[in-house]
Amino acid sequence: MTPQWIAVIGTSLLAFTLKYLGHSVPASWLSHPRIQRINTLIPIVLLTALVAVNSVTVKTKIIFDHRLAGLAVAVTALLFKLPFPVIVAGAAIGSAIAYHFKY
Amino acid sequence: MSVKRDSFSLSFAVGAYGTAFGAASVTAHFTVLQSCLLSLLTFSGASQFAVIGVLGAGGSAISGIATATLLGSRNALYGLRMAPILKVRGLKRIVAAQVTIDESTAIATAQKDEADQVTGFWHTGFGVFVFWNIFTLLGALGAKAIGNPSAWGLDAAVPAAFIGLVWPRLTDRKSRLIAGAAVLLSLALVPIAPAGVPIITTALLAIIVGWRV
Repeated sequence: MTPQWIAVIGTSLLAFTLKYLGHSVPASWLSHPRIQRINTLIPIVLLTALVAVNSVTVKTKIIFDHRLAGLAVAVTALLFKLPFPVIVAGAAIGSAIAYHFKY
Repeated sequence: MSVKRDSFSLSFAVGAYGTAFGAASVTAHFTVLQSCLLSLLTFSGASQFAVIGVLGAGGSAISGIATATLLGSRNALYGLRMAPILKVRGLKRIVAAQVTIDESTAIATAQKDEADQVTGFWHTGFGVFVFWNIFTLLGALGAKAIGNPSAWGLDAAVPAAFIGLVWPRLTDRKSRLIAGAAVLLSLALVPIAPAGVPIITTALLAIIVGWRV
């Protein structure tokens, strides 16, 4: 089995388990303020780390390339409060242009 | 009824992001079938982007699953919130759990009337599910058809999707500081730790800060 298949099955099983757990356990198990606080912070750290690693690394090296142009477009679009599809498409266009100019 | 109209428009708008997921997933070397199964079975946008992001960057299946699962942990808290409103058991609870996501919970909890809360949850949950899966397939097929993903900027679409997901959460000084720390920690670990580990390690920042403050 490829790593992709293991990831698809494992992620799906655990995602459903978490969703079902919320519907089934007594509220006191998950509603502790500490758990709530950690849960608010987890998406922030993981998503920003994903931005960083997917933007400026290739395997184990830090590499600045055309992807940064795309990211700059995305941040600009966010500052102008443009909708999500515009952000993603704008980043792709910016990155593709930079790629073709061999950055 | 306005709750149904709100549910539909949100479902379509959010579902359309599925195109970005399908394209990103194929770019990260998942097959079209695997991309579609992630949308059908995992059905949680941030977790799906995370697992393909980690494996696409060369990370192991375990670190991909762990990162995605931590991101999906908030769905458990949504379930906690929705259970007393929905009051469902058996098969219906299984279906309700699967469509417990950011959007269905957000629409439901924005309604004053309890009947509207239930309607909003189901309509948004099913609506996003249908559109998200249709658009995932279209995005995956589209990306497969165009060849070199870098030439089309798809390798930047993945981090752009993540930044779009995290941006609305960076509302105060504390969240921006912890985000900055996550960037530094993950990039510092990239040259020395196996792929995937730099990302999941930042969860420690959330645990340490959330535990104390």
